[in-house]
This record gives sequence, C-alpha cells and structure tokens, in this order.
Amino acid sequence: MDDFFFARSLMAMSLAFHIVFAALGIGMPLLMVLAEGTYLRTRKPVYLELAKRWAKGTAVLFGVGAVSGTVLSFELGLLWPGFMRNAGAIIGMPFSLEGFAFFTEAIFIGVYLYGRSRLSPLLHWLAGVVVAISGILSGIFVVTANAWMNAPAGFKFANGKFTEIDPVAAMLNPASLHEVLHMTLAAFVATGFAVAAVHAFFLLQNPRSVFHRSALVLALAVGCISIPLQIVSGDVSARAVGHLQPAKLAAMEALYRTQAGAPLLIGGNPDDATLTTGYALRIPQGLSLLLASDPGVRVTGLEEFPRGDWPNVRLVHWSFDLMVLSGFGMLAVACWAGGLFWRQGPLSDHPGFLRALVAAGPLGFVAIEAGWVVTEVGRQPWIIYNVMRTGDAVTPMPGIAIPFAAFTVLYVFLAFVVFRLLRRQFLETATDLTVSTSD
Amino acid sequence: MLAGAVALSILLSLILYAVMGGADFGGGIWDLLATGPRAEAQREAISKAIAPIWEANHVWLILVVVVLFTGFPTAFATMMTALNIPVTVMIFGLVLRGSAFLFRKYDPQLGATRHRWGAAFGMASFSTPFFQGVILGALASGRIRVTNGLVTTGYLAGWLTPFALVCGVFALGLFAFLAASYLTLDTKGEAVLQNDFRLRAIWSGLFLGPAAGAVFLTAAQGAPQLFHGLTRWWAPWLLVATSLCAAGAFAALWWRRFVLARVAAVGQVTLILVGFCLAQYPNLVTPDVTVTNAGAPPATLRLLVLALATGSVILLPSLAILFRLFKAGRPKTAA
Ligand code: HDD
Ligand code: HEM
Ligand code: HEM
Repeated sequence: MDDFFFARSLMAMSLAFHIVFAALGIGMPLLMVLAEGTYLRTRKPVYLELAKRWAKGTAVLFGVGAVSGTVLSFELGLLWPGFMRNAGAIIGMPFSLEGFAFFTEAIFIGVYLYGRSRLSPLLHWLAGVVVAISGILSGIFVVTANAWMNAPAGFKFANGKFTEIDPVAAMLNPASLHEVLHMTLAAFVATGFAVAAVHAFFLLQNPRSVFHRSALVLALAVGCISIPLQIVSGDVSARAVGHLQPAKLAAMEALYRTQAGAPLLIGGNPDDATLTTGYALRIPQGLSLLLASDPGVRVTGLEEFPRGDWPNVRLVHWSFDLMVLSGFGMLAVACWAGGLFWRQGPLSDHPGFLRALVAAGPLGFVAIEAGWVVTEVGRQPWIIYNVMRTGDAVTPMPGIAIPFAAFTVLYVFLAFVVFRLLRRQFLETATDLTVSTSD
Repeated sequence: MLAGAVALSILLSLILYAVMGGADFGGGIWDLLATGPRAEAQREAISKAIAPIWEANHVWLILVVVVLFTGFPTAFATMMTALNIPVTVMIFGLVLRGSAFLFRKYDPQLGATRHRWGAAFGMASFSTPFFQGVILGALASGRIRVTNGLVTTGYLAGWLTPFALVCGVFALGLFAFLAASYLTLDTKGEAVLQNDFRLRAIWSGLFLGPAAGAVFLTAAQGAPQLFHGLTRWWAPWLLVATSLCAAGAFAALWWRRFVLARVAAVGQVTLILVGFCLAQYPNLVTPDVTVTNAGAPPATLRLLVLALATGSVILLPSLAILFRLFKAGRPKTAA
C-alpha cells in the first residue's frame, strides 16, 4: 500500500461521502417545493409542517455537502496536480459554472430557510424553486466534468501537450448526455425512496399519523415516477459505454472473450487468469440483445486490450450487478405501490408494503455508490481515458496515508452525527404530530 | 489582458471572502473567547448573525479555487503541491468548523453536547484563518521554486518561515476585528451586548497595529520581493488610506457610530488585501509562477471572463436580496 493507493482511496472516500449529500441536495429541494406547493394549493396545514421539517433536515445536509464539496475542489489539486495542470483549463469551465450555481443555491437556501416570515407565500415558494433548479444545475455541470474524463473531447494532444483547447466542446463531450441524465434521475430515485422509507418506518409504529402519511405519498410519488425512467436511462448509458469505453463495458459484463451473440453474465466470479467467469447466471445472447437489440451482434471482450489497461474486473462487474439489482428491487416496490394504488387508493395501510418500503430505503444510495465505482474504477488505469494515466497524475507528496486516516475518521464521525441529528428531528415530529387527524 | 482580468476577479472574490467569510471566522473566534456573565448571550448573538449567510459567504472561497484552477491551472498545481500540508490542515478545519456550527445550531438538545460543538467550532475558527494567512505569506515568500513546471523545493518551503507565520497571526487578528465591528451592528438594541463587542473590536484593532508592523519587518527578510513591491510609488498612498480607515474605525467605535465603523473596517481589510496583491503582482507564486506564464489558453480565459461577467449579473442582485432580507436590521424572527 503506497502513497498512490492512499491518494486514490482518499479521493474515492471523499467522493463517496460527498455524493450522498449531493444527491440529497438535488432531491430534497424538489420534495420541499412539492410539499409547499401542495400547501399553497390545498391550504392543509400538514403540508406546511412537512415543508418546514424537510427544509430543516435539508439545511443540515446542505451544509455538510458544501464543506465536503469544498474539500473535493482542493483535493483535485492536492492529490492530482498532474491532472489539474493540464485539465484545469479544459474542464475548469463546468466547475466555474458550478460555482455560480452553488452560489445561487446557497443564497436562496438562506432566503428560503430564514425568510418565511419576511416574504409572501408565493415568493417564498419561488425561492425554493430557485434552490431546486440550481441544485440540479450544479449536479449537471460537475457531471459533465466527470464525463470528460471518460470521453475526452475539445483539445488536441501531442507530445504530452494539450493544444487547441475548446472548453465548450469539452463540456459537450459524448458521455455528458447519458451521465447527466442518469445522475439527475439517480438523485430523485435515491431521495424519493430514502425519504419514503423514513416515513414508512414511523407509520408502522404510528399508523394514524397524517403527517407521515402525507409525507410518504409525496416522496413515494417522486421515487416511483423516476425509477422506471432511471432503468431506461441505465440502458442508454450501457449502450453509450459500449461505444465509448469498450474495456469498461467488458469489465462490467465480465466478458473476457470477444464473441458474436454474447451472453449476459449476472454475478459469478470473474477470473483474470483463466479468462472465464464461473458460477454466473447466464442468459444466452442477452448482452448482444441489450446492447444492440440484435442477438447476433459481436461484443468486444477484454482480451482485445493489453493486460495493463484492464480495470479491476471483479470490482467493476460486481458493482455493476449491485446497481442493477438495486434498481430492479426498487422497480418491484414501485410496481407494488402502483398495484395497491390502482386497487384501493391510499397505500399507507398495508404493513407488508410499508416494511418493503423500509427495506428498499437504502437501495438508491447503494446504487449510486455502486454506479460511481463502475464509472471510476472501470475507467482505470486512465484518469483521462486513453490520454493520461492515473499514476502519472498523482502528487509526489509522501505520507498521504495520514490525511487519508484523518479524513476517514472525520467523515465517519460526521456521518454518525448527521444521522443522529436527523433521527432526532424525526422523533420530535413523531411526538408532536401524532394524531392531528383534523384534516 | 485576459489573464489580468481573471486575476482581478480572483482578487475581488478574495476580498469578498475576507470581508464576509472572514467575519464568520472572527465570530467563531469570539465564540471561543466568550467570557463573563453574558457569554451565552454573546454566543447566541454570533450564531444568529452568521446563520443565514455563512453558506453564501463560504462560496467565495470555492469561487477563488475554481477560478484559480480554470484560469491558472499550473499555478494551482504548484500551490497544491508545495503547500500540500498547510492546505490540508486548512480544509480539515473548514469541514470541522462548518459542520460543528451546523450541529450546534440544529442539535435540539441543549447542554453538554452543544457546548462541545461550540468548542470545535471555535477551535477550527482559529486554525483555518491562521493557515489561510500562512498560505498567502508562503506564496509571497519566494522560497517555493519551480523548474519545468515541477516544484523543486519540497513540501516545507515558504510556509514555515517567521514571515508566513506572522501573516497567519495577522489574518487571525484581522478577522477577529472585522467580526467584532460587525457584531456591534447585529446587536443593535441590546446596549450591554453591543458594548461587549465594541470593546472587543477596539482591543483587537489595537492588536492589529503591532501585528502589521511585524508583517512588514519580517517581510524584509522573509519576502524580499513583496517588500520591494511595498516601496513602489503607490505604497505610501495606500498606507495613508489604510491608516485613515483604521483611525476612522477606532473613532467610530469610540463614539458608537457603528455603521461607520463597519464601513471603515471593510475599507481597511480591502486596502490591506489590495496592497498585498499589488505588491505581489504579477507573481502568483513568487518568483517563478506569474499571471503571464501560468495563464490558461486564451479560449479558456475568454470564456471564463464571459462566465464571470454573466454570473455576476445573476449573483449580485441575489446577494443584495439576501442581505436586504437579513441584514437590514428589521426585527428578527427565528426560522
Ligand atoms: C439510483 C441510482 C441508480 C440506479 C437504480 C441505476 N443506476 Fe446506473 N449509475 C448510477 C445510478 C443508478 C450513478 C451513480 O448515478 C452513475 C455513476 C455515473 C453516472 O453517470 O451515473 C451510474 C452509472 C452507470 C453506468 C456507467 C456510465 C458511464 O460510465 O458512463 C451504466 C452503464 C449504468 N449506470 C447502467 C445502469 C443500468 C443498466 C441500470 C438498470 C437497472 C442502472 N444503471 C440503475
Ligand atoms: C464529477 C464528479 C467526479 C469527478 C470529477 C471525479 C474525479 C476523480 C478523480 C480525479 C479520481 C482519481 C483518479 C482516478 O483514480 O481515476 C477519481 C477516482 C475515483 N472516484 Fe471519481 N470523480 C467524480 C465522481 C465520483 C463519485 C460521485 C464517486 C462516488 C463514489 C467516485 C468514485 C471514485 C472512485 C471509487 C475512485 C477511485 C478509482 C480507482 O482508483 O480505482 N467518483 N475520481
Ligand atoms: C457526481 C458528482 C457530484 C454531484 C452530483 C455533485 C452535486 C453537488 C450538489 C447538488 C451540491 C450542493 C450542496 C448540497 O446540496 O449538499 C454540491 C456541493 C458542492 N460540490 Fe459537489 N457534486 C459532485 C461532485 C463534486 C466534485 C468532484 C467536486 C469538486 C471537485 C464538487 C464540489 C462541490 C462543492 C465545492 C460544493 C459546495 C457548494 C456550496 O457551498 O454550496 N462536487 N455538489
């Protein structure tokens, strides 16, 4: 375990931490705005209370997201100076635009949280809408920077020099569209299911709470509408990766041998030595079908690439399967919700369904983490695909194990405290608003 | 030309970060130093003054970083390599401080845990501005050398000098002074509390005099190029203007003209930063990395200037709304 290893681990850990708050920072404002909008339309006080509670939770999450994101902007330089020296001029643009989106978001979150008594209800709601939109925009900008690492565009590269730089073309690189779409939907899916799970949990203990019932319906609606779209967009992503990064796709699917009519392998144990994947569930021609809607099509296997250019196949394959599994798990819950809704209207009275919802709560975040591992580890050994190797970008600074240990402890501790704070917020709600059945 | 415009925008963001975010750090310092029978009331006033705006204030730093790495990527890579250690310590404090502040605010349980958050918040409020000052000092020290784009002087050069450390102390004092003078306005209508902060502002202002002297004296040895810069034609004028601001702030605090005190304090901080950067110009990392040799290609710079201009058109009115809402001295109601 050398400094390079710790630099990667520190980057991965910081991103894995940040992405949770980032996804909630995209999803929660939508829920707040929906709740408050419903209140403005129906005038039912429970929705106002809901908007307030969600906003309070969001404030904590947003703050942690902001500081962990700041750490990331520095870490890009602290850990990967070789990357930033060259890429800064090319992908700095989306980060700068992201900076403005954050600014708008931070300003209006201040207005929203503290301005309720000073603004008309409509203006207050509009401030929330601005928060939601700028949250989505900041996610979009930063993901285009990541997409550029996967599908670099907008420059010429020769003799180790980057010339003819075109930041706009870099932002509009071929991977941007599918990554942006998939990530934005992921934030809605994950937030929707996680929030629904929290309220399902309290409903199980306290079936008469109007508060939790109303919350559940809103959050579940967001989750259930986004999850089928997300699976379609995942298919779009997989096809795009097949074109842009065939080695990543082969690792995702644990496909060592190039073949026509390639099978879809689910699970199993990919083995780089024997170039086989044992114990996998095998769907003949499945991969060719999924990728090209044609069972006979040829799919490139890892054997076409030099060994030194392979990512960690096991990690990428298993992470990919974990993401897909989580996605289908949530889809199943969404179908159940749809069925209940179709037959009887209100869905909050079915204990089995509520329990399933609680179980599905973490799946969105599991899928997000796993999906990012697919994207990032699947790109290795490249930091800029086919242009610059990660090993050439790393800082010469020794002793990276120390900041890695320090930030790990800090983040674990923060995660613990955030969890406790949010739990307490909700417990308070549970006692405050137990039997407000008046509306 | 383009590079100069981008550098100017970095300077502007830095100034705004100092006069807005700096005051938040100063608030943390006074939080830790709160004493006497009104300690809790002082903490409460600080928390109330910072809460609605610290997110927005914090973004100025993010803007400094992203504009720096977009506009001057090699300078960014050099700084983050040579100053890896102080920057890491600084961001660690940034996380600790931001989250401790939040938790203290949102932890519905009063008492012991809340106090511990307060201590973490206060302690990080010391270390972060201190290291920010150290980093600026190190950039000017001339000890960080670069050959062929690579840092050749290791990871300790520049920032462990007396000059850089004095810069750190100066930054601490400056932010403390700034915060105390702001807080006199935020506690309008609570005469006793207001007087607490008035006295704090005066004391920390008095501390700044010798601290500034120490920066100047150590600069002769510790940052010769900067020192030389401070002897250019504009330097005496700037010194006069800064001193006038400082004297004005004192007089205003003394005679309880708190609005005036705030204006003078902001003027003072702005002029200090302007002076520092003018003396440093055109160096980004003295002496090898400059505005001209570290600039991104023109295509990037042009777009960046365009984005900054458009961004400000959206940003400044929004900020004005935020401050109009919360800083206009209307009766306060908690969220
Ligand atoms: C709620 C979250 C979630 C769910 C349910 C899914 N994904 Fe996903 N996936 C992500 C969240 C995510 C992500 C974390 O947001 C990633 C990382 C990078 C990106 O663009 O999105 C991702 C990446 C990602 C990639 C790599 C893109 C790239 O490297 O450019 C592919 C091929 C897929 N996904 C495919 C799928 C498929 C076929 C799914 C079907 C079930 C699926 N995802 C469900
Ligand atoms: C736009 C967003 C992102 C950018 C710009 C980005 C950038 C980077 C960079 C520069 C590295 C180090 C070089 C490398 O190992 O490739 C890296 C590695 C990594 N990132 Fe990302 N990343 C982003 C999003 C994420 C997210 C959200 C996750 C969440 C889990 C993530 C997970 C990882 C992992 C696991 C690695 C280590 C890969 C390895 O070394 O094998 N990334 N990323
Ligand atoms: C896929 C990856 C990412 C997504 C979707 C994302 C999205 C977001 C969102 C929505 C926020 C708003 C704050 C919140 O609500 O908690 C945020 C904060 C932030 N992010 Fe990320 N981010 C990602 C990766 C990164 C990376 C790689 C960096 C830096 C290199 C970064 C830098 C920041 C910064 C500086 C903030 C703080 C902004 C503020 O103060 O409001 N993010 N991010």
